[in-house]
Amino acid sequence: MSDASFLSPARCPEPSDGTPPVVCFSNVYISFLGPAVLADLSFTVAPQETRILLGPAGVGKSVLLKLAMGLLRPSHGSIRLLGNEVTAMTEEELFPLRARTGMVFQESALFDSLSVRDNVAYQLIQARVPDEEIDQRVREALRFVELERTFDMFPGDLSGGMKRRVAIARALIRQPELILYDSPTGGLDPVTSTTIIELVMKQRDVYRTPSIMVTHRVQDAFMLCTHRFDTGVGHMVPLPKGETDPNTTFLMLDQGRMIFDGSLHELLHTEDPFVREFLE
Amino acid sequence: MPSNTIDRTAKDIVFTVQEYSLFAWRALVNLFTPPRYWPDFLVQADIVGVGSAAIVLLSGFFTGGVLALQSSATLAQFGATAVTGRFVSITMIRELGPVLTGIMVAGRNASSMASELGSMVVTEQIDAMRALGVDPMRKLVTPRIASTIIMLMFLTIVADACGIFGGAAVTVFMNGQDATQYFSEAYEFLHYPDIIQGMVKPLFSGYIIASIGCFYGMRTTGGTEGVGRSTIQAVVTASVLIIFVDFLLTQILLTLFPPL
Repeated sequence: MSDASFLSPARCPEPSDGTPPVVCFSNVYISFLGPAVLADLSFTVAPQETRILLGPAGVGKSVLLKLAMGLLRPSHGSIRLLGNEVTAMTEEELFPLRARTGMVFQESALFDSLSVRDNVAYQLIQARVPDEEIDQRVREALRFVELERTFDMFPGDLSGGMKRRVAIARALIRQPELILYDSPTGGLDPVTSTTIIELVMKQRDVYRTPSIMVTHRVQDAFMLCTHRFDTGVGHMVPLPKGETDPNTTFLMLDQGRMIFDGSLHELLHTEDPFVREFLE
Repeated sequence: MPSNTIDRTAKDIVFTVQEYSLFAWRALVNLFTPPRYWPDFLVQADIVGVGSAAIVLLSGFFTGGVLALQSSATLAQFGATAVTGRFVSITMIRELGPVLTGIMVAGRNASSMASELGSMVVTEQIDAMRALGVDPMRKLVTPRIASTIIMLMFLTIVADACGIFGGAAVTVFMNGQDATQYFSEAYEFLHYPDIIQGMVKPLFSGYIIASIGCFYGMRTTGGTEGVGRSTIQAVVTASVLIIFVDFLLTQILLTLFPPL
């Protein structure tokens, strides 16, 4: 596609079934005083859908998440989040919209001067929720990530994996309408990575919250697609052979462009040489 | 090409001034509109005010002492050592108290604000705050500016008082003059315009210290090395701006309130 095509009117398509997407990118283009970081990017996230964004390091995966939250502004294109045109909103207007979503950052981004309790309760404290209710909701969120014992600890006392789990608890405490995970397993050992993926799966299967998960670890992405969280036994179990979660689909970026958008089956059978090389 | 470098540097300077103007304006407007974070204001007031009290007290005391030492030697040539108290009090209150306090607090607090906010930027804590629906300008910048403006006024009063006492110590114990005469001279010839001059300057210095410290902190790039760079830029810029604005203010205030 030529660069001139970016100047064509960008608009999210009307949904065929009447249900508006939670997130819609349409012809999004962004650059930072140089070549395009993301170009001609279009995709949607449907209600209850989990989209796994694959791609090697440095292709703009984190930039895409920040664009979705309005933390960065595209040079061109349309981004709709929960029915709102993010590109047309001021920073002040974006704060209440962002409060309806949750984001888990690559390096957790916990506030190191605050305790785990205050980190997880950050939004509730700003909303002046009574202390008793805060304590109760923080304990519930920490129980969800199995870290209730860290209630009074500080981020400096936690391991990398524990920080990610606290960051997940912070993102979930207000039951967001969308969750964005930025490489939640990056830099973690395989056992801790599995624990984090199980939490992402638990959120997907228990609360049915739509999400975008950025990762460059194919094994994490496949596990999310081929397993489900069993609330009866309290951990994840594999889906029957040949079955995959129908609401978990894949996106793949290369050099700032979307080169794949589809299901696990389609991903495994694509002829695209870059995708095949990445998977192998 | 040298011309390209000059061109780029000039554009960078203009862009930085433009960014700072917008930043400082937004921070100023936030002072008068809700939401306000009073607990953060009190925490910052404690850090800036109580935390800086010791260095301001000591620097004020010794500056007053040095003023008395230097002036008494010169005044003695005219047989006018009796006016040492007047000289020290007017100089401290109108000029040295506000400027020295501003520079001392800039060295201590503009640097800490730049490094604290800079560290938060490079560890994505500022982005996390925005993602959680909280405005970092209101939550982090505005309380720092408000508390620095208010506390710098009190710190300037402390520096002025300590400077006068420092001058008194030198005048009485080293130069062997009468304490009553010193304090009488210091008080009698002090007028309201002198006090106004001394109290207007900290308002501007406080705003400069906090807004420059926060500005360089919030635009930090380049990891931990960038945090160090922001800290240096904040202290240097704040110190130079304090002296420059002091020069402008003195000119304006002397026009408004001519010396009696």
